[in-house]
Amino acid sequence: MSKGLPETRTDAAMSELVPEPRPKPVVPMKPVSINANLLGYIGIDTIIEQMRKKTMKTGFDFNIMVVGQSGLGKSTLVNTLFKSQVSRKSSSWNREEKIPKTVEIKAVGHVIEEGGVKMKLTVIDTPGFGDQINNENCWEPIEKYINEQYEKFLKEEVNIARKKRIPDTRVHCCLYFISPTGHSLRPLDLEFMKHLSKVVNIIPVIAKADTMTLEEKSEFKQRVRKELEVHGIEFYPQKEFDEDLEDKTENDKIRQESMPFAVVGSDKEYQVNGKRVLGRKTPWGIIEVENLHHCEFALLRDFVIRTHLQDLKEVTHNIHYETYRAKRLNDNGGLPPVSVDTEGSHDSNP
Amino acid sequence: MDSLAAPQDRLVEQLLSPRTQAQRRLKDIDKQYVGFATLPNQVHRKSVKKGFDFTLMVAGESGLGKSTLVHSLFLTDLYKDRKLLNAEERISQTVEILKHTVDIEEKGVKLKLTIVDTPGFGDAVNNSECWKPITDYVDQQFEQYFRDESGLNRKNIQDNRVHCCLYFISPFGHGLRPVDVGFMKAVHEKVNIVPLIAKADCLVPCEVRKLKERIREEIDKFGIHVYQFPECDSDEDEDFKQQDRELKESAPFAVIGSNTVVEAKGQRVRGRLYPWGIVEVENQAHCDFVKLRNMLIRTHMHDLKDVTCDVHYENYRAHCIQQMTSKLTQDSRMESPIPILPLPTPDAETEKLIRMKDEELRRMQEMLQKMKQQIQDQ
Repeated sequence: MSKGLPETRTDAAMSELVPEPRPKPVVPMKPVSINANLLGYIGIDTIIEQMRKKTMKTGFDFNIMVVGQSGLGKSTLVNTLFKSQVSRKSSSWNREEKIPKTVEIKAVGHVIEEGGVKMKLTVIDTPGFGDQINNENCWEPIEKYINEQYEKFLKEEVNIARKKRIPDTRVHCCLYFISPTGHSLRPLDLEFMKHLSKVVNIIPVIAKADTMTLEEKSEFKQRVRKELEVHGIEFYPQKEFDEDLEDKTENDKIRQESMPFAVVGSDKEYQVNGKRVLGRKTPWGIIEVENLHHCEFALLRDFVIRTHLQDLKEVTHNIHYETYRAKRLNDNGGLPPVSVDTEGSHDSNP
Repeated sequence: MDSLAAPQDRLVEQLLSPRTQAQRRLKDIDKQYVGFATLPNQVHRKSVKKGFDFTLMVAGESGLGKSTLVHSLFLTDLYKDRKLLNAEERISQTVEILKHTVDIEEKGVKLKLTIVDTPGFGDAVNNSECWKPITDYVDQQFEQYFRDESGLNRKNIQDNRVHCCLYFISPFGHGLRPVDVGFMKAVHEKVNIVPLIAKADCLVPCEVRKLKERIREEIDKFGIHVYQFPECDSDEDEDFKQQDRELKESAPFAVIGSNTVVEAKGQRVRGRLYPWGIVEVENQAHCDFVKLRNMLIRTHMHDLKDVTCDVHYENYRAHCIQQMTSKLTQDSRMESPIPILPLPTPDAETEKLIRMKDEELRRMQEMLQKMKQQIQDQ
């Protein structure tokens, strides 16, 4: 089989379950055309298959954090995303459990398997966020937790005898739940996203979107997008990390049209037109969670899991973590001197 | 003689209620009855001429559909020129009090409706005491009425007291939030609170039931006094009693409001059009809007006003007078324009004073006795 040199980067992005363990280079890779005329099939393209086998053996980690006021359907949405009971719903709390006085961080891990691939999923919940009368600085425990995970990773990295595979507890993705008021963002939403968009990938999501009609939804989304732009809040996918034109057009479309995703979550199934679908049954109709005419849950799921999962991890590792690391090493807390290029060729967040 | 009596008889017939008319015809004692059964109808005619007024306050976080609900209830748009603030402007926003007054007339009955809006409530990052402007406003209205009542010209007192407060609870929570509890506890002794579950079209029926139960439990737990529907008399008919029971069991009402009219099953209804169906605001199976409207406007409006006058206002008045008299005992030289009421229980300071005076009196009496003795001995 005589093939030209494949565009390995594009192929990796197209295939769904093959993660690339090596970090993506910042400079876009152009196909090397020096040895354009191959005399025969070498077999370089089998590296993808090799990587796939390795990943299937080791599995991979994914840590997702959910932030938002209590009752916005965070746990239900996570359960719907991963089609399993990975998050304990607060509506099933017993009566004595009250809203916590300060924001707590609860991380629960599960191992999910699909098609021979194992994923260690950790869902980090933040009960108590935005629920008190005085919510000043309620994002601080969250920011602290995220930085602690970076610190843990950094410590492992600078060890002399490093582990073969450093356990990755860094938060790869933070779903921020916006309350569907229909007016605009609340001051607390803005404050949180301003502070946290610099340390973690934030994906804003409009919760309980079955409250809004189609016109209200599109107006609200436009207003939210405009407000985020006016305040310079870079949510994931961030514009400055688009690597090439293809990425840029794909992400632009998502940024300007679909985000923030207006979602509805459910863990109950109903019969619609002979099919069993996940949905919510109201006296005036059944809301189907995976129907794109009803809500954008399917778009969110495809975005987070089927197309950008690996990218989320990479941006966390290459950009957010590197920013933290550079800052840490500059301050040089009690770490042993490491010969690292602290000026770095990586783009760091402003 | 008879020709003079006839037109008055006719007037009396008009004023009598059908029940009394029927009774009269049955008993045929029109020469022997006194005629004060016409009083209710006389009152009715006078009130209709005078017109009614009603002040309704709406409170709750922004975006819960308050103005849409007011629009649906009274079928008037009071908020045409409203400008919605964006999030940045709202960071430093304090709670404002906005009044809109509108005169509505229906079948000859005039209603002067005042809606008191509270934009900014519960929106900031730090909402401590965000209900203070609201309690201050309610107290101010009581104070103004108190002054007017004690004034010289009492003919045209403007009653701006808040008769009812619709409090909107977010359907996205699991019950009452701390802000909700804080607000209701600050205001429940001053105003009739009617709690509502806003935007109820995002909840399925079992979620509505659970939320209502949860809210009712929490209202009991925190000792919040919401407006209680009065018991209906035992001689009312069964239908009425059944309606009353249903009303009490549905509190807090789960409501939906709408500014638009949509086509549903060939009819034009007030509702919201979704891709999965149409929510009808006036359909009792969809939400409790009809119950709220009937309660607020058709059956309990007068009771709300009565409770405000008889309970909340009297509480305020008693508290005010007590404060004034306790201030006066400290400074007895001041003349009060309002007659001082005797305090039911003297407070600690006056008791001390009384004791001191008693001691002095006793000492003086002893001295007098001694002097008397001395004079007698001499």
